Amino acid sequence: MHLSTDIFIWIAALLTLCIYSFLYKDNPFYKFAEHLLVGVSAGYLFVIYFWNNMWPNLLIPLRDGFGILLTEGRFTGNLAALVPGTLGLLLLTRLIPKIGWISRWAFGFYFGAFQGIVITGYMQAFILAQVYGTFMKGGNPVFSLVLMGDFFTRPAWGPFVLAVSGPLMIAGVVCTLTYFFFSTEHRGFAGGVAKVGIVFLMIGFGASFGYTVMARVSLLIGRLQFLIRDWLGLIS
Amino acid sequence: MKNLTRAFTVFLFYFAATALTAAEEAEPPVTARDVPNDAGGAVDITWLASPLEKEEGFQGYDVQRRAPGKEAFETIAEITPGEAVYQDKEAEDGVPYEYRVRALPAEGPPVVLGVSGAAASGQWFNTRRTNVLVGVIFVTTVIVFFIYRAKGGAELFVRKIAGLEAVDEAIGRATEMGKPILYVTGLGDASEISTIAAMTILAKVATKTAEYETPLIVPCYDPIVMMVEKEMVREAYAEVGKPDAFDEDSVFYVTTSQFGYVAAVDGIMVRERPATNFYMGAFYAESLILAETGAATGAIQIAGTDRVTQLPFFITACDYTLMGEELYAATAYLSRDPLFLGSLKGQDWSKAVIITAMVIGTALLIVSVHLGTGFAKLFETGAG
Repeated sequence: MHLSTDIFIWIAALLTLCIYSFLYKDNPFYKFAEHLLVGVSAGYLFVIYFWNNMWPNLLIPLRDGFGILLTEGRFTGNLAALVPGTLGLLLLTRLIPKIGWISRWAFGFYFGAFQGIVITGYMQAFILAQVYGTFMKGGNPVFSLVLMGDFFTRPAWGPFVLAVSGPLMIAGVVCTLTYFFFSTEHRGFAGGVAKVGIVFLMIGFGASFGYTVMARVSLLIGRLQFLIRDWLGLIS
Repeated sequence: MKNLTRAFTVFLFYFAATALTAAEEAEPPVTARDVPNDAGGAVDITWLASPLEKEEGFQGYDVQRRAPGKEAFETIAEITPGEAVYQDKEAEDGVPYEYRVRALPAEGPPVVLGVSGAAASGQWFNTRRTNVLVGVIFVTTVIVFFIYRAKGGAELFVRKIAGLEAVDEAIGRATEMGKPILYVTGLGDASEISTIAAMTILAKVATKTAEYETPLIVPCYDPIVMMVEKEMVREAYAEVGKPDAFDEDSVFYVTTSQFGYVAAVDGIMVRERPATNFYMGAFYAESLILAETGAATGAIQIAGTDRVTQLPFFITACDYTLMGEELYAATAYLSRDPLFLGSLKGQDWSKAVIITAMVIGTALLIVSVHLGTGFAKLFETGAG
């Protein structure tokens, strides 16, 4: 056992234990770590935002522009930076209740502009590309009688998967979409198709659950490794 | 004999003309052309592989460019053997450049393959995305049509959604127990569709909590989302005639750090003991931590997200879960507002068209791979 002599590893290890103490119940150690984490992260992220966004995109272009204006009498800065800058300042009007309503202009611009920009991207990526991907894979149709014929002439696992996966995928997409059709009751034929859709969804969620749990376990292992190896020195 | 001579002459003429046309139509050794469907500033240069490639030690090609009025070509790229395409991304729009490609043998001077001219230009319309335009126009038209129908008083049916039926029950439970309601809108920023859906559901929940005077706790991850949510909750309280009951501190910013936010919300759950927890919006790795802690405190939990990887965790740890589109449908379902209802109907019938397209496409693939593939190409979108 070689206990770490690095003060920062000790701090990290003790804070890790403070957070894990929540597994027992809420306690002052957890409260301390929680408040520290919230406070430090909020402050740290504010500084990151300032230096990564406001400084290079707003303050530097204006500072340089106005600097040249004062010394050479001409403005070379990016005046367009004033638009988001002004909108950002409008958000701060919320701090003054009497004129707080002005902040809604900035919100309106933000939401409106963003929705306009993303609408084509969504249509392309989430609708057209998905429909195309349901039919075609790598330029070849996923559902073809030729693939089925291959399986019957050469019965084996590989051709079977190739022959079945396409129709299964198309059926899954159609049934799942039917489940998310809200304009009709899930009764009769539509109800049956929607039920099959739910089965497809649950199989998908089950697979996703197992996969993600494995990823979470690996995170836990990483943290335990830190405690046992880096802090306590029990393993090398 | 005379006829034979004439026929031979005609044949010679025909052969010469065909050969000439073939020579004219043959692909030039170097071709430069403006990149189509781009914002400008780029020219594609292609060339036919040099016979020198077969020689040992062949070094590749160099691509040269000459601006108008300049004497000499300058090398802009060196290309490895086997490649026959280069994109000049530093061309100035409207300037007619000349491009020259040279093969570089193992020994001796470079061999000029050819020269071609082109000017870069930007296009206003990306023809490869015509189907995107058609799709947007179609969906928008359908949505607008149904919004007008809803506004005109038409009865628009929306089927029952179990998770939303439970909203009133969950709020009532908290009211009876005299405990607060926790509403978490996830880690998405204000540009996420799921966050916007979560905010509109929050407005409806806040209307109920205002009516019953049930305390509401809304910890926020994003400062902009916090400001919008505060405004929405304030309006909800004003709508039911209780503006003074709105607590400014009920909607508050925590931190924009994922696990810092989770630690704080977990702390709120075990200390404030809310009777009902709502998790609506975009969630990531924190979904199970939040839902498990909420379940441990005995709260009734309703979740809704469009994150496929997080849905399994909510389904296992929450009482009700709104999956994907159900989250988007929630606003229309809860409010029955013509705008939202018409929008939901429009989306529904757009989905019906997609299902129909899939059935038609599949049928065409069965009848003829050629026809089916052609049909599928209607949905193909260019990357550019």
